[in-house]
Amino acid sequence: MRLTPDELVFWRYGFLVLNSTIVTTWVLMLVMTVGSWLITRKLVTEVHISRWQGFLEIVVTTIQKQIKEVGLHHPERYLGFLGTLFLFIAVSNLCAIIPGYEAPTGSLSTTSALAISVFVAVPFFGIEEQGLGGYLKSYLKPTWIMLPFNIISELSRTFALAIRLFGNIMSGTMIVGILLTITPLIFPDFMYLLGLLTGMVQAYIFSILATVYIAAATRTRAE
Amino acid sequence: MEGMTLIAIISIITAGVTIALGSIGPALGEGRAVSTALSSLAQQPDAASTITRTLFVGLAMIESIAIYCLVISMILIFANPFWNHVIAQATGK
Repeated sequence: MRLTPDELVFWRYGFLVLNSTIVTTWVLMLVMTVGSWLITRKLVTEVHISRWQGFLEIVVTTIQKQIKEVGLHHPERYLGFLGTLFLFIAVSNLCAIIPGYEAPTGSLSTTSALAISVFVAVPFFGIEEQGLGGYLKSYLKPTWIMLPFNIISELSRTFALAIRLFGNIMSGTMIVGILLTITPLIFPDFMYLLGLLTGMVQAYIFSILATVYIAAATRTRAE
Repeated sequence: MEGMTLIAIISIITAGVTIALGSIGPALGEGRAVSTALSSLAQQPDAASTITRTLFVGLAMIESIAIYCLVISMILIFANPFWNHVIAQATGK
């Protein structure tokens, strides 16, 4: 039984491997980029806007509102990174409706890459906001004895982000596969629906946690 | 008992015990979290969106413990490295 889409290899040359994860990720990126470019080619500000522009406006303003509610005061700066995280994970989990599709987030490589990008982004935004000294000093809060624990907590929450997303999506697809061999026809459909729901919830959780980590790193000590 | 049988027996038993014991804690924790969230929603209905969002984030963090146990169980049953190693040795002989 195939555990992750990494094991489905299309082409191999030496140590370069083209597996299902990479192909699916690139196809998703292409579809989302080309789709949003097509929609935003002619933006209008009249009362009557096209359906697709309205849909994109809803998505962007909702994400901006969520970022602002968590505590980041200039959501435009972080909208690119956090919005991309949410939309990529949500679209890749939602496309499980398409038959024969394997979600790239069900592979530990994709989720580790996303978690590592959050791990790099948090100091980046923190240093941008507070300067290098201010950000490094935040590791010594509340006392300097907490320095190793703060570092360990940074590493462990990155690990937890990756494993949480991977475990949820992989177990969702595996449960459906196992149920198909035991009781086909009706019962796997419920697990499939549950898998779609958890996919959306996990996308929201991943981006909200990234937002909370960035907000904790950029919180100015003046308040 | 030879190596192959011993690995198979212990892997299967451990997989079952891991997921059984590993889901008790998170289930209890999530129950308490949801009940506290419900009572605070009843006390302050206009803070509903904040409470709901915090509840979901907290539930996801608690759930990830159960997911860790599930991943270990799945690995033991379907991608067991020791089993693959022993099979490779047995077919190579």
